[in-house]
Amino acid sequence: MKTIINRQLSIVNFMKIAVLFFFITLFSHQAYAQSPDRTKPPALGPTPSVKINAVQKFELKNGLQVIVYEKHEVPIVQMNLVIKAGSVNESNDKLGLAGLTANMLDEGAAGKSSLELSDAIDFLGTSINSNGGLHTTGVSMRSTVSKFDESLKLFADIVLHPDFPSEELARLQKQYLTSLMQAYDQPRAIAAAASSQFVFGKEHPYGRTTVGTEQSLKNFTVDDLKNFYAAYYHPNNSFLVVVGDIKANDVVAKLESALGSWEKKEVPAAVVSQAKQVKERKIYLVDKPEAAQSVIRVCRVGVNRMTEDYFPLLVMNTILGGSFTSRLNNNLREKNGYTYGAGSGFGFRPSAGPFTASSDVQTDVTDKALKEFMKELEGISKPVSDEELNRAKNYIALGYPDNFSNVSSIAGQLVEMVLYNLPADYFNTYIGKVMAVKKEDVRRVAKKYIDTDDLAIIIVGDKAKVEKGVQATKVGKIINMVPTDVLGPMPKL
Amino acid sequence: MRKLIVSLLVCAAVVSAQSVHLSIPYERFTLKNGLNVILHVDRTTPTVAVNTWFHVGSGYEKPGRTGFAHLFEHLMFMGSKNVPTGKFDSWLEAAGGNNNGSTNNDRTNYYEDIPNNALELALFLDSDRLGYLVDDMTKEKVDAQRDVVKNERRQSYENRPYGYADLMVDEALYPKGYPYSWPTIGSMADLSAASLDDVKNFFHSYYIPNNATLSIAGDIDVEKTKALVEKWFGEIPAGKSVQPQERTVPVLNEEKRLTIEDRVQLPRLYMAWISPASLLPGDAEMDLLASVLAGGKNSRLYKRLVYEMQIAQDVTAYQASQRLISQFMIVATARSGHNLDEIEKVIQEEIDKVKNEAPTVREVERARNQYEASFLNRLENIGGFGGKADQLNNYFYLTGNPDYFNEDLARYYAIDPQDISTMAKTYLKDDGRVVLSVVPKGKAELSAKNSSVVSTEGK
Repeated sequence: MKTIINRQLSIVNFMKIAVLFFFITLFSHQAYAQSPDRTKPPALGPTPSVKINAVQKFELKNGLQVIVYEKHEVPIVQMNLVIKAGSVNESNDKLGLAGLTANMLDEGAAGKSSLELSDAIDFLGTSINSNGGLHTTGVSMRSTVSKFDESLKLFADIVLHPDFPSEELARLQKQYLTSLMQAYDQPRAIAAAASSQFVFGKEHPYGRTTVGTEQSLKNFTVDDLKNFYAAYYHPNNSFLVVVGDIKANDVVAKLESALGSWEKKEVPAAVVSQAKQVKERKIYLVDKPEAAQSVIRVCRVGVNRMTEDYFPLLVMNTILGGSFTSRLNNNLREKNGYTYGAGSGFGFRPSAGPFTASSDVQTDVTDKALKEFMKELEGISKPVSDEELNRAKNYIALGYPDNFSNVSSIAGQLVEMVLYNLPADYFNTYIGKVMAVKKEDVRRVAKKYIDTDDLAIIIVGDKAKVEKGVQATKVGKIINMVPTDVLGPMPKL
Repeated sequence: MRKLIVSLLVCAAVVSAQSVHLSIPYERFTLKNGLNVILHVDRTTPTVAVNTWFHVGSGYEKPGRTGFAHLFEHLMFMGSKNVPTGKFDSWLEAAGGNNNGSTNNDRTNYYEDIPNNALELALFLDSDRLGYLVDDMTKEKVDAQRDVVKNERRQSYENRPYGYADLMVDEALYPKGYPYSWPTIGSMADLSAASLDDVKNFFHSYYIPNNATLSIAGDIDVEKTKALVEKWFGEIPAGKSVQPQERTVPVLNEEKRLTIEDRVQLPRLYMAWISPASLLPGDAEMDLLASVLAGGKNSRLYKRLVYEMQIAQDVTAYQASQRLISQFMIVATARSGHNLDEIEKVIQEEIDKVKNEAPTVREVERARNQYEASFLNRLENIGGFGGKADQLNNYFYLTGNPDYFNEDLARYYAIDPQDISTMAKTYLKDDGRVVLSVVPKGKAELSAKNSSVVSTEGK
């Protein structure tokens, strides 16, 4: 150990030693001259401007929209292909199909087996991941520049020529059913399933399970997957974001050759209706005997991503529960010590997603914590202080450039931009829009979207220890349940 | 940051040769009080990462005070002499900054990621808590964070499926009293016992400039940054130097077989061995061994247990590299209808196989190529945990050389398949390991064989 620590001297070269010596002499002189003024925090210098590279748009001959962002600091490339179809496109008897189809893409393609594909991708040091969401299916690839061409070939095989082998489907079905079973162990997974069910209702696409049910998973056939793929996986229903150490024209030419044979087809559009707001306050108490904490989720229907209130909502939520110093975290964690953390957020989607305030609190303060939740949710509709408003705005706006530091974060921003058809100057006007939010705007959106008369409150915890206290808070009517009421009967394998 | 940071070597004729040369240019200097400072310029975004490592972790804790180093980490955000309670966070947020801290067995680290115009604010905050934290420390602050930390423990261990497994493995794997034998999160009883005096003593012993390194990466002017660091940190007096913990190699000469019950549906097997310390000979071999065993669908254990036999839901293997000694782990979850005995048999067969016969060149190169790509991915972010500022501090702590990136990667290229087999033989001993079964309540029969049920009470 000592030899390793001592190595620093032999490794530092002469230049560095010389520099080091010079500055120590210089500064020790300064240090004796005066101590810094610590009576107030140092003033901030001028706000830096964000350096955002050009967002370059192309279209392949088959209609695939390609968005390229060059970033040359590190020789890596990130690609995000977004296919505009997900669980909202599923019929009620095929729940989980979008996700399963996405996950089956690399289980055999263009005649290569699952293991052959995986070996080839891993050998390149590349990662290719596919997954199904609500409205979209994503296939992402991360590779080094030197392995990009070979990686792209495999990516194209997976996206354009999946084979959907039946033995691999059988394998994944078992894997999915086992995951369903494991959800019963996880209080947070139970709470997540409960909140989407009780906020949106089982009939709404946002209220249904996205991972499938025992029934649906067992019934899937290769034809189901092939049909879903054939209906939605088309270039005109997709777009591709490429970020990294590439030249736009080069990469577009490569994409044209790799993905050019992908065929266009008319695709049925899925329209998700605006969900009805929850009615009254209901507390869904899901019993988890012996739980050390209660998982609390206070939820209602929020608003869609295209809302004009987007920026006021960002600021309002930052004050309420979107940052460390937010009211919820400050109250439940810092002031009361009920939890390791508390927060809130809007799930922004093409149609109104959920608003959720959340915390995992120790069992014996569940009732007290619930009261504090209510206090903060009600309080946000009163005028906020100037200090809070400015802190929240600065936190969002000044921290914004950090979103452009790495390829995956940039790709995520671009996906959002295309998906929601945000204006071309979106990145450059973002900070101005945050800074323009006024106190009245915060109050207006708080009143409009955080109406505490109508809430679905999920508590996953030890009923025997928490029910009485929760009842006494009179926050809402308790509906007692067990995990199988939320997740359905335990799957049998 | 410029392109020269990663220069592609043109002469990559040999298949297995390293194809990139990594270097993070930096300047290092030491203040008179012993504070080591590392500066690295990267102008990708107009942001700066300020990262501080204190060379103290839970391994330095006294008996009866487990969890203290981490509790102390929480207290570092509670304000100091010139920073009223709550202002550390609110001033940073008002400047567009983020911060966090973390504790492990060996060290405690802290970061602030900020726009470049807030560098001086971050240095003021960090220097004030380094110099004057306890001037403003109260029992109320300790109590407040004690409650938070207890809830962190509940959230991350007690209320999480299989959450007790790591606590049980560490206790069984290391000799009693070894610095890694107790959990960083601490026991509930010890957290309750921590006092204001403990905080003051710990502060004076370990939170001193000569036991810390400050790494600043990002959009900085090097000369101005040096002057600012001197301005804010120069006046803080050095403390009594801290002796780094001796790197003794603990020995486990028996197989410990334990079972714990948990509120879970499926049984899970944990196998743990003591392995070479971070960056020491054998460490990289163990990394590649972990990939050969359980990295990707073609890895030996995944392919057999999950892909072919389909008796396991998942399997992972990893070398958890630490400063004094590391830990090699294999973890697998049985599918419904299967027990851990079946799982262990297959794992044992594969361990025996890799001990007796070197992995194929393809297997090793596949694993190595993934490591090489991960090194490039690590060069993107300056801030947060695992960003460049943090990595520079890590390498400096372990080797004395902040820019150890290329030496680190080169280790993987010096390995041939036989080395992996040799290391497996040396370290994956059948008679020196912990085999822990976690089973659903009342289902001890699903354990690996010859395993006795122990309680998690008080752990």
